[in-house]
Amino acid sequence: MNIVVCAKVIPASSVTIEIDPNTKCMVRKGVAHELDPAAASALEEGLRLVEKQGGEVTVVTMGINEVTTGIRNALAMGANRAVHILDDALAGSDTLATARALAAAIKKESFDLVLCAAESSDSYSGIVPGQLAQLLGIAPLTFAKEITVEGKKITIKRQSESGYDVVEAELPALVAVASGINEPRYPQLKGIMAAKKKEIKQCKAADLGLKPEQVGSAGAREKVLSIGRPPVRQAGKIVTDEGEGGKQIADFLVELKVI
Amino acid sequence: MAELIWVYAEVVEGKITPTTLEILSKAAEVGTAEAILLGPAPDDAVKTLGDYGAGKIYRSPDPVFHDCLTLPAIKTIAGLIEKHHPELMLFASSYAGRDLAAALSVVLDSGAITDVGDFVLKDGRVEASIPALGGSYLNTTTLAGSGTKILLVRPKSFEPKARPQTASVEDVEAPSDPSVRKARVTDRVAVEQEGPDLEGARVIVAGGRGLREAEKFSLLRQLADLLGGAVAATRAVVDAGWVPYSLQVGQTGKTVKPDLYIACGISGAVQHLSGMKGSKTIIAINKDPEAPIFQVADLGVVGDVFKVVPQLIDDLKKRKGA
Repeated sequence: MNIVVCAKVIPASSVTIEIDPNTKCMVRKGVAHELDPAAASALEEGLRLVEKQGGEVTVVTMGINEVTTGIRNALAMGANRAVHILDDALAGSDTLATARALAAAIKKESFDLVLCAAESSDSYSGIVPGQLAQLLGIAPLTFAKEITVEGKKITIKRQSESGYDVVEAELPALVAVASGINEPRYPQLKGIMAAKKKEIKQCKAADLGLKPEQVGSAGAREKVLSIGRPPVRQAGKIVTDEGEGGKQIADFLVELKVI
Repeated sequence: MAELIWVYAEVVEGKITPTTLEILSKAAEVGTAEAILLGPAPDDAVKTLGDYGAGKIYRSPDPVFHDCLTLPAIKTIAGLIEKHHPELMLFASSYAGRDLAAALSVVLDSGAITDVGDFVLKDGRVEASIPALGGSYLNTTTLAGSGTKILLVRPKSFEPKARPQTASVEDVEAPSDPSVRKARVTDRVAVEQEGPDLEGARVIVAGGRGLREAEKFSLLRQLADLLGGAVAATRAVVDAGWVPYSLQVGQTGKTVKPDLYIACGISGAVQHLSGMKGSKTIIAINKDPEAPIFQVADLGVVGDVFKVVPQLIDDLKKRKGA
């Protein structure tokens, strides 16, 4: 089976994400990037499936030059090849414009299954998977905690408010994996070396048949009007425990009339 | 004339969800509120929605809406929107809400605003406040275009307010198109809940990675019991399998606003802060003085959780005994 994994590459966890007051977008240029751990989990599921059943894993991502480190990491984990949608015209994309670009790139691939994270670890909107499934006309199997594929049938355990639902569909389908579905592998030296020879196909919006008015800030329906800071919470009291920390909390609870 | 605002009424475990009623209350406050209720629902669902401000309810009890994820609802709601053109279509940031908003934003080519904490509507233009990056920013966002605007609203953003009236009901038909049956729910498994309900708890004692192992959660349970509260956890702890997902507080997981939140061994990742920042009073215990959790704490103790919490428990026991 052939699998496409949508893998977002995001500012590294060591980076404090800022919003640029002019573009009103997250500052990404010049910032260290890494493969989103949530996307690494989606990729891990894909790699395990092809290890069992054969086939190839193609990683599709969209982003600026800085995301290349994350793509290399995905290839080093074991993805066979990568498609990188790289185009300045994509700057300012909202979820819908992003999903459109990803869907256009995925349509150029032959796939039985599309895997992605239920939500990215930088913006957490959580709707790109549902948008992608709709654009591709395939079943949206979101919030998957476990995936089983038998022939053309895919079954997932889907997170629910009270536990999980068992959901089945026929391939092709889209599965968005919940965080914690697996522990993604670390790339080994052999994988890192092999990754250097693997293909990263770069493409622009026009190569995917997208019109300028469909992508980037021109295609975005969502417009950020202003960015601000919420009312500052009054600074609390910070103490260092010198053997009385627990008692200090108890005193505070008395003050609060909790006890 | 007041602007038409639709709310997707969600039924979970046989009950209209609290978030549905919160959003409906807000809709009724700023416009003419109507609800969409699809699939099996409790007998009093129509009355409940009316009580919280819905003047009209589009209704189908067809089980297909329950059995095939959101696919049938996408079709039905898109059809209703194209016919009636509400200004706003509101969903809760829930599993079903997110999938519905996602698909409809494509079908209607409208886009969608996620994570809405508040909104205003003026002359067909919506301005939504979004607590971004775990609440370190508060952005104002709008949707371009003239059609229906789709918003995903965070739980506990609005107060549910009863404004009793009798809602009229318009029956709608379920789609018969086989494409809406592409995904089928074949089983529903409830994982046993432990302890009191998180969303209603006045006191919450939460643990993070700093607890180092699953067994240490018993310490937090003792503390919660003494305070009549509930136990919660961060995503990292749930992902590690220490406690069930039902205890997860954060961007994914539950949004809570208790009177008191005691964060033990929690660093305060964006993911977690989003779900608990609205707590009235926050106490944090963490060994790292730089941990972001201290920025939102009313009282922060820099120290070892395994020393501070047992001492707190002993002290509370003494005071209770006295």
